[in-house]
Amino acid sequence: MAEASSRHAARERPLSPHLQIYRPEINMVMSVFHRLTGIALYFGALLLAWWLFAAATGPQYFAFVNGLFATWPGMIVLVGYTWALIHHMLGGLRHFVWDTGSSLDVASVDVLSWATIILSLLLTAALWLYIAVERGWVAAWQ
Amino acid sequence: MITPLKRARGLGSAKEGPEHFMRQRLTAALNLVLVPFAVGLIATLAGADLSAVKATIARPIVAILLIALVLSIAVHMRIGMQVVIEDYVHDEGAKMLLLLANTVFAFGVAAIAIFAVLKLSFGG
Repeated sequence: MAEASSRHAARERPLSPHLQIYRPEINMVMSVFHRLTGIALYFGALLLAWWLFAAATGPQYFAFVNGLFATWPGMIVLVGYTWALIHHMLGGLRHFVWDTGSSLDVASVDVLSWATIILSLLLTAALWLYIAVERGWVAAWQ
Repeated sequence: MITPLKRARGLGSAKEGPEHFMRQRLTAALNLVLVPFAVGLIATLAGADLSAVKATIARPIVAILLIALVLSIAVHMRIGMQVVIEDYVHDEGAKMLLLLANTVFAFGVAAIAIFAVLKLSFGG
């Protein structure tokens, strides 16, 4: 008995098919996005702490940090940061729905997964359009 | 599936685990309210001069909500990263080190942010 099981364990057994073999489904891709945005937000939290710390340090350092965020690379990071926040938040809402045991059929899962990516892009665009109008960037172009 | 027996005992065979699940959802619900508040606040304050930023953050309701946000996201992101580490790092030594670093990072970020909010509130 013990001999038999150790012989089995020693042999290289085939593993069940995993990521390499599946055609990506939208819920699978959104699951990956949820994890990746979560990881990005983990490090993004440093930016929030840094900005607050800069404000607490003094006017010169605060102006310096604000200046960095106002550069093109800084803006790209901020747009990405807000998209990651919104996407992760919508993904979380989807998980709240699933936690109740509802909408777990294939059709609902597909709808909720597509809604996550589409709404996250729309809401991010809406947020930055609002910021652009509020701050007069739109008027500046006209 | 929770059978009546499991419900009576409160926990499954692992004897622990649901508290991470529950805490992750509690902080998620808090973040659902606090993150939009913070995004709105920062979008209004970005580019403003320091005295305006200070005056806004020094308001008790703003300072309290910001500190609550920082605590909530620190707990949430620490649990989330712990799951990621446990999923992908299988070497026991490296896993322990990364879990320790995860705690240090989450609490460190929270400490910096809370210190800053308190200094902006009380620092004169």
